[in-house]
Amino acid sequence: MRRGRHAPPPPTAAASGPAGTVTGMERRPLLSPGVAEPLREPPEAPAPARGPRAVVGTHPLVWLPALMVAGAMLLPAVYLVIAAAELPLARIVAIVTDGATLRLAGRTLLLAGSVTGASLLLGVPIAWLTTRTDLPARRFFAVATALPLVIPTYVGAFTLVGALAPGGLIESWIGWRPPSPYGFGGAFIALTLFTFPYVLLTVQAALRGLDPSLEDASRSLGRGPAATFFRVTLPQLRPAAAAGGLLVTLYVLSDFGAVSILRYSTFTRALYLQYRTAFDRAPAALLGLMLVVLTVIFVVAEARVAKDRGGQFGLRGPGRPPPRVPLGRWRVPAAMLTSTVVLLGLVIPVTVIAYWLVRGVAAGEAVDVALGAAGRSLLVAALGAVAAVLAALPVAIWSARSRSRVARLAERASFTGYALPGIVVALALVFIGIRVATPLYQTLAMLIFAYVVLFVPQAIGAIRASLLQVQGNVEAAARTLGSARLAVLRRITLPLARRGALAGGALVFLTVLKELPATLLLAPTGFDTLAVRVWSATEEAFFTRAAIPAMLLIVLGSVPLAVAMVRERREVG
Amino acid sequence: MPSSRWLRRGPLALVAVLALLLSACGDGDAADDGPLTVYSGRNQELVGWVFEDFTAATGIEVQVRYGDTAELAATILEEGDASPADLYFAQDAGALGALEAAGRLTTLPDDVLDLVDPNLRAPSGVWTGVTGRVRVLAYNTDVLSAEEIPGSVFDLTDARWRGRVGWAPTNGSFQAFVTAMRITEGEDTTRRWLEDMLANDPVVFSNNTGALEGVARGEADLALVNHYYLYRFLAEDPELNVANAYLPGDIGGLVNIAGVGILATSDRQEAAEELVRFLLDEPVQSFFAQETDALEFPLVRGIDSPELPSLESLDPPQVDLSRLEDLQGTLELLTEVGAFE
Repeated sequence: MRRGRHAPPPPTAAASGPAGTVTGMERRPLLSPGVAEPLREPPEAPAPARGPRAVVGTHPLVWLPALMVAGAMLLPAVYLVIAAAELPLARIVAIVTDGATLRLAGRTLLLAGSVTGASLLLGVPIAWLTTRTDLPARRFFAVATALPLVIPTYVGAFTLVGALAPGGLIESWIGWRPPSPYGFGGAFIALTLFTFPYVLLTVQAALRGLDPSLEDASRSLGRGPAATFFRVTLPQLRPAAAAGGLLVTLYVLSDFGAVSILRYSTFTRALYLQYRTAFDRAPAALLGLMLVVLTVIFVVAEARVAKDRGGQFGLRGPGRPPPRVPLGRWRVPAAMLTSTVVLLGLVIPVTVIAYWLVRGVAAGEAVDVALGAAGRSLLVAALGAVAAVLAALPVAIWSARSRSRVARLAERASFTGYALPGIVVALALVFIGIRVATPLYQTLAMLIFAYVVLFVPQAIGAIRASLLQVQGNVEAAARTLGSARLAVLRRITLPLARRGALAGGALVFLTVLKELPATLLLAPTGFDTLAVRVWSATEEAFFTRAAIPAMLLIVLGSVPLAVAMVRERREVG
Repeated sequence: MPSSRWLRRGPLALVAVLALLLSACGDGDAADDGPLTVYSGRNQELVGWVFEDFTAATGIEVQVRYGDTAELAATILEEGDASPADLYFAQDAGALGALEAAGRLTTLPDDVLDLVDPNLRAPSGVWTGVTGRVRVLAYNTDVLSAEEIPGSVFDLTDARWRGRVGWAPTNGSFQAFVTAMRITEGEDTTRRWLEDMLANDPVVFSNNTGALEGVARGEADLALVNHYYLYRFLAEDPELNVANAYLPGDIGGLVNIAGVGILATSDRQEAAEELVRFLLDEPVQSFFAQETDALEFPLVRGIDSPELPSLESLDPPQVDLSRLEDLQGTLELLTEVGAFE
């Protein structure tokens, strides 16, 4: 496959070559499967991988690491089985069939479902507004609406309580009592605000990668902007929205901070209670396994929604900035929507934190500048993001480019750690790490490994979505044109994965910044991060000391978002 | 776009850099003369300076892992014999009791144990209290005066307190108190008290901090909390409208401890014992008795706090603190009566 078959090479040819080539390729007729590759199937891939998608999907350099990654991601589940096996069968049956357990399951599902729905309703339109329209202060909103993601939910929930609770800041400042933040409503609002950016960021990445020519065509055929969005743009965003939605769902399953402070009982809250109160890991492990079952249900559901529709989608070539849709009279309501989200998810928490700072400094409290902790946060977040992307690549490529059932299983297995509460994964790695990787126990290496177990699905989802925007027959074409499979992988598949890798890496970076349980238990002794500082100070009601680390957390979190902005500007400009 | 070259060669280079970085950090295993490793469920903001002073005074290096008291206890249980921890510093007696029950702790020397009231250390001698923390009723001074505060938690089920009492049933200190009530008052009385409280429409908070904030805001008029949170709030906001009321002689006024135990698997027993002595020595005890950020009850006889009443004057209920580890029973009871819903 040579660049320039259909277009003159762009100035920055080296980088955009593959992507540029793809634009012209994906609509061509499929090559006959026989031509593609007389493949030898790996033993792990029973389903015959016929067709052009199998070109890179069946390379051992893809499926072998992918299987290893998937195996590693299942470690927490292995631990849970070992721990739960301590329970006598009768007790297991009693816990599983207990009315209280079933009620917990219902409450958990209700919360996860509502937060996911609301996140999609907020995230998809805001992603479109901030990438494709003439929204006022568009770039500012693109970063600011995503920033609530870096606020740990326990801090976010705590600040919401401080602001909204009866007698809180809002009531004492303006004399109006907002609706109570407690219970389902509060947990729903807090978790939506602090997790919908998962949808926002994955959909933004997908929008930036979409071929605008379909939308051009739709408009030139007489459809209005709204009809074009719903009939043309939205269907193409389905895989990305589903991937982001799944991240939200599973995050809600695993969240402890918001539900404990806002008093809504879920599986994870019950599980933490077991660990924190009773020092009895067996019942907690059983709850954890039930959570794994819930995860399987959601992951399978997502796979249905995001069913590979590769080939219908186009990828934007170089030098073709998507047109800005003029919002017209909708500009003001759109700006009000994004402003409200920024107000609730960012301005209120930051104001409460600033209030702590001012109040404490006025009372003569010392402040903690925490630059060292900021450096360590940056280090682990960057390493965690890179490691997660490297681990995600083979899994995502295998799953997007092979029809193997095992490939899909491997991808889904990787969600286990993400859906489990951090404390479960951390204790699983304590249990396993100290036994099988003793020299690495409580080192930076083990901490980064824990981050990968916890957050790799964020990278897998984003990379897979970016690969599914382009059909695998591009690779088949390259193969028939004489490229070796490895060269195809390197020169076509990986560059196609780039956008997803960056988006996924950014997600992992943001999530690692606020991670707490694994950092506390698995970091080298004495190694503290901003999230640890914030927790440590708020836990003991030293709010002044929590303020600066919390602010720094938000500043660090805006770095990858700002970088994405600059990249977009450069690509467009 | 320069990132394409990055993508082609980047992953390999990155793996190499990562491997280097990680291997550089990989040799953290403690040799015999390495630093003493402490797992501290007590907060760095409160006790960080103690370890630094200890190193300055003795030359013994200390590495501290801070975390949640219960989670660190769970970690030690998962680590088993290979645990790197030498000393465990817990926020409550229940966690120490759990480690004792699992055979994780070793007996402390007599000279250390003799410093502390026998009620405030393990009868077996495997852990000792360092400071005392007392359950109180924190009340909103705009709404209530000291005389109006009931003298017993059993009065709080009265109709006049309907909707006015804050509590934090998911909090460890609260659960320790309920466990103590089960021990002294019996299972049935405790269950009835919990049911009556729930029927009286309590205001639920997630922890002591939240409860105290709630009292200050007026969400609850009073709340069952530990005594020291008030002083943290006062340090940041001297005008705060909250005060503590003690409950002398009542189970609601349980005296719990923050305490330490030495791991049976530690190969640094002597250095760890040094640290325990240091914690019970006059400067540290006096600090906790005076420092407003960390105002706790000194446990070593002969040291009194200028700010707090003496422990004797509080007539603390007699509870064998090592029995507070039966938290599974408390958890089940709280679940059954619906305190977590």
